Amino acid sequence: MINDKYYNRRYVISGIAVVVVLVYIIKLFVVQIIDQSTKEKADNNALVRQTVYPSRGLIYDRNGVLLVFNQPMYDVTMIMREMGNDFDTLGFCEVLKIDKREFDSRIADISNKRKNRGFSRYTPQVFMAQLNRADVAPLQEAMYKFPGIALRKRTLRDYAYSSAAHALGSVGEVSPKDIESDDYYVPGDYAGRDGIEKTYESVLRGVKGEEILMRDSRGRIQGRFQDGKMDTPPQSGTDIRISLDIQLQLLAERLLSGKVGSAIALEPSTGEILAMASSPTWNPQILVGKIRSENYNNLLQDETKPLLNRATQATYSPGSTFKVLQALVCLEEKGIRPTTEYPCNGPQSKPIKCTHHHGSPVSLEEAIEQSCNPYFWCAFRDMLQKNGYGTDNTPFRERFELWRKDIIQFGLGKRFEDTDLSEQVSGYIPTSYLYDQTYGPKGWKAITIRSLSIGQGEILVTPLQLANEAATIANKGYYISPHFNTNDSMKSNKHTTSIHPEYFEIVQNGMARVMTHGTGRWYKLDSLEMCGKTGTVQNPHGKDHAIFIGFAPKENPQIAVAVVVENAGFGATWAAPIASLMIEQYLTGEIKRKWLFDRMANAVLNENVEER
Amino acid sequence: MFLLLAIFGWLNIYGASYTYEQTSIFDFSNRAGKQFVWILSALVMGGIILLIDSKTFDILAYIFYGAMIGILIVTPFVAHNVKGSYSWITIGPVSLQPAEFAKCITALAVAKYMGRYEYKLRDWKDLVMPFLLIGIPMVIIMFLQRETGSALVFLSFLLVFYRQGMSGFVLFAGVLAIVVFLIVIRFSIWPALILLVVIFGILVWRTWKIKRIYKWLLLLALGVYVAFSFGCNVVFTKILQPHQRVRIEVLLGMKDDPSGAGYNVTQSMIAIGSGQLFGKGYLQGTQTKLRFVPEQDTDFIFCTVGEEWGFLGTTGVLILYLLFILRLVSIAERQRDNFSQIYSYSVACIFLFHMTVNIGMVLGLLPVIGIPLPFFSYGGSSMWGFGLLLFILLRLDAARIEKMH
Repeated sequence: MINDKYYNRRYVISGIAVVVVLVYIIKLFVVQIIDQSTKEKADNNALVRQTVYPSRGLIYDRNGVLLVFNQPMYDVTMIMREMGNDFDTLGFCEVLKIDKREFDSRIADISNKRKNRGFSRYTPQVFMAQLNRADVAPLQEAMYKFPGIALRKRTLRDYAYSSAAHALGSVGEVSPKDIESDDYYVPGDYAGRDGIEKTYESVLRGVKGEEILMRDSRGRIQGRFQDGKMDTPPQSGTDIRISLDIQLQLLAERLLSGKVGSAIALEPSTGEILAMASSPTWNPQILVGKIRSENYNNLLQDETKPLLNRATQATYSPGSTFKVLQALVCLEEKGIRPTTEYPCNGPQSKPIKCTHHHGSPVSLEEAIEQSCNPYFWCAFRDMLQKNGYGTDNTPFRERFELWRKDIIQFGLGKRFEDTDLSEQVSGYIPTSYLYDQTYGPKGWKAITIRSLSIGQGEILVTPLQLANEAATIANKGYYISPHFNTNDSMKSNKHTTSIHPEYFEIVQNGMARVMTHGTGRWYKLDSLEMCGKTGTVQNPHGKDHAIFIGFAPKENPQIAVAVVVENAGFGATWAAPIASLMIEQYLTGEIKRKWLFDRMANAVLNENVEER
Repeated sequence: MFLLLAIFGWLNIYGASYTYEQTSIFDFSNRAGKQFVWILSALVMGGIILLIDSKTFDILAYIFYGAMIGILIVTPFVAHNVKGSYSWITIGPVSLQPAEFAKCITALAVAKYMGRYEYKLRDWKDLVMPFLLIGIPMVIIMFLQRETGSALVFLSFLLVFYRQGMSGFVLFAGVLAIVVFLIVIRFSIWPALILLVVIFGILVWRTWKIKRIYKWLLLLALGVYVAFSFGCNVVFTKILQPHQRVRIEVLLGMKDDPSGAGYNVTQSMIAIGSGQLFGKGYLQGTQTKLRFVPEQDTDFIFCTVGEEWGFLGTTGVLILYLLFILRLVSIAERQRDNFSQIYSYSVACIFLFHMTVNIGMVLGLLPVIGIPLPFFSYGGSSMWGFGLLLFILLRLDAARIEKMH
């Protein structure tokens, strides 16, 4: 052996091992046999950490009116191993007012690992969830009789008004995807699932706290460890104030009841959403607590699709309301001049007939006032054909793209990205690519796409976009994306159009004339000057949709509105009055035309729409 | 050899069954089942190793070492963050910790290097390469992967060097440094300085007659230590992580934090203490059952032994380990060539280190450092790593017997 010289060192190493073991054995001896205190500690002072859930942030409307608040709820939890063999099951059932059969079936569900993957006899399992204070009081008094049983306090939402269900959203249990993407959540937590509850989840949810409780060896809670010195208190969620005006919202929903459609009101200068109503809707209370899943399912199955937010997720042809935009673009691109006039032969006009009776020729303002189809066809045509067709259709197609570019500036054809509205669809403004594919690049001309001139054809918009459009016109050329928050964070996010302010003046005048002499004249307001545009949209599936956009007052506008009522008939008859009433209430504080209110609120156009 | 295998098998079963009971708390039969699979596969692997020619290890040692360093470096980039360290690689459903295997491979490499015919450990220059061999993995694991426990295991190789002729002074110097560090932190600098003066005084007096040079060396060393003691505080506050600091403070009794960082140890002590003489019985431990002891089936598994089998159980396990290690040492001693001997010693020292640190930590005698208890703690990489260490040793030993016939 080469290293014989160090042979003795083996003893050093072995010696170290022996010494270490001896020391440990002595220590163990001390700890396990001599020192009794640890045994007592183990028995009496076992610590339990329990999550303390914070209260969720409250939601207020723009005037500080409370909309959404919290109500306390309790879960009954049990640690099965600690319940022991002589658990007073009957007494327990009595205190909770359930029968033995229900008790057994709940236990069976909990113990079923396929349904309850986190099951263990050693950790707290939820026996009954979401009991209110009254249900739980008898159990609280008798807790000492039931080892292994504990109460966990939770909060559920409560609503001051049975309104704004789509906008506010609801709170439900977190999904596995949420748990995966955010460490904060554990199964059984609640989080906002849609609407404002979801968009502002991280603000509303607060921070969970922790309390440390002492338990004896029988599993009964003995109190707080060190009087709560080491607890982490929960942090309540932050309250938020949203831009909705609850009175306006209530009015809108009332006016839409019995009908399918939506109404949106914005504050033009800031883009704040004053009201967003979609019908059919529901009472937000039904999606809270134990009844949530059943009710949610019912909503899902309902044929009228109440869960669809028709304000932001349903698309329609804008119909005649599109004409105001058409006017602006054609003016800007020099397709027409402010003084341009065109002939109109009423119902005999070709290629598009006019549905109104007025004189001829028609000026621009008059065309808006009377919603004259031939005028806008000619304007559109002249705008597109300004440079001719050339040999390969290119000048025309370029003009079309120019037209499209201008239209999109108003927020059409895409979602609003810089906003806190979560659920939107983008609508559609056709591209030259589409027509190239359908007809070939040389196969289409102005006449081919004539429906676009009056807002039919392939154009699709959402009511939200319509309201935003109205706001842009009210602002004479810019918009701020519609949003709910009331801080000023979006003030500088102006989207400006390239259209000259004086053209907006012209169009505004036309829209004012709509209300004084034109298609909306039955619904003007005496006290202030309102601007609007009606639309009656052809609908291959049934009766025409009624649409209206407008804003008021003309000088220094405070509110812009878009209303869509499906399958209703004339825009003037159904959509305009609703918008007018909303404007009246918002600007004057009351409704004088009670007869109109009654007529609109009580009209039932669709019997399938349930009142919830 | 049979004794060895019997002990090994026994430990395995215990380890497995302890994880079994722990699992009733999380996924039933998931961890127990897994551990069982690890054990079986380790046995299979062992069987394969026993069939390989023993020379293979010698030949491939350096290659493995190089590859292993590469893997270690890559790991922190590929790994997820698990409790602050980046030391796990996931391949499909399986997670592995390369550091566990690094121990074995480093042992092979060290053995090869120091086992060469012409190698003699004469002075400190000969130590440079061995230190590098253990130093590189240590540094990588400590700093890149942020896994201090696994890195510290490599210190056990120092004992191996000692056996091979490294001066005992290195060990002594290391121990002294730690003692000084603790004194400075716990009390203040003055007791430490006094201690240093006393010790060096004794040393100087003992070597007075031997050589002049030593005196100057000693004075120099004293100077270094004094400087070191001043630097202790700096190291303590600036270099150590907060959680490591708190652990040391708790250990030294400077902090009483029963529900914070000291929680582990307090609960562990309570669990063990409540076991008394006979323990509470198999699967009856209330502390561990109710998950009061964190990490109870990995690093703190000894608690379960303490709670359920009591003093008899804990002492039994300790003696078992002692016999195991002593047996390893004796196998090491009877090796006929340097490679096998050095490797075997490495194995023994690694096991010794793990046992000492893990149980010491559980008992509150050492700061909490994440190190598994061989064959007990849950973990596939751990089981495989130790299995690897052991089976290669058996193979080499078998080769010795072959040669004799």
